[in-house]
Amino acid sequence: MEAALDILSWLLLVAGGLFCVIGTIGMLRMPDMFTRLHAASIIDTLGMGFLILGMLLQAGFTFVAAKLIILAALVLLTTPVATHALAQAALHAGIRPKLSYDETGGHIAGEDASSNS
Amino acid sequence: MLYFTSAVVIIYVFWLVLSGHYTPLLLAIGAVSSLLVVALGTRMAVIDREGHPIDLLGRAVWFWPWLLLEIIRSGLSVSKIILSPSLPISPTLINVQATQKSAVGLVTYANSITLTPGTVSVEVEGSEITVHAITHAGAQDLAGGGMDRTVTRFEGAKE
Repeated sequence: MEAALDILSWLLLVAGGLFCVIGTIGMLRMPDMFTRLHAASIIDTLGMGFLILGMLLQAGFTFVAAKLIILAALVLLTTPVATHALAQAALHAGIRPKLSYDETGGHIAGEDASSNS
Repeated sequence: MLYFTSAVVIIYVFWLVLSGHYTPLLLAIGAVSSLLVVALGTRMAVIDREGHPIDLLGRAVWFWPWLLLEIIRSGLSVSKIILSPSLPISPTLINVQATQKSAVGLVTYANSITLTPGTVSVEVEGSEITVHAITHAGAQDLAGGGMDRTVTRFEGAKE
């Protein structure tokens, strides 16, 4: 039982680490700032999630486990805010994403059509 | 009063979990601190439904697992894109309509979009959200409104 739990926990930790590496590779391969954000979000969802799941199995039913869950909730609640702030700031600074498809018709929520170029 | 009480209880439980010490003195200090924090919050007028939407707790029981599944599903597909030698991305900017009625619901929707790998909400105005998606298919999927409907159901019918 103990060994099975350990093996499962290792598998989860390795999966978490793997997704962090994949996210990093994505950040290096993507062509512009907005697409890099998508790669980075792999790290703070799947990477973080599997790492914390693996650590939860190591912790068992203890206070450490409760703190790990709080940590996961904190990351899941704050990273979208940070990501959105970053994307919005980039857009306002005049960085336009490289697009294959623009389906906004040049209209971005909250901006006049004239301010788009 | 509901928001005041639940905020005190939640903050106190949070304090207890982080502290791990259970002597009468520390328990009392924790209780007083929680009360003080929420009292200050009340003076700042942030202890209301918007700052502390406790009534969502019941529906969070199915919403969070659903969102986690969505995150895993789209996370795997973005991982596959990253690892494909040809890097098959088709970045798309699209406006989607949000049907949520409250600010809390709208924020939940915009944050759910951002939290799901492959889509980022870049701008929110009124009930319109501009979304950057890494693939055209992902943008179309979002425009279909499945996530929008689920978040609206999570938000409940409150004004």
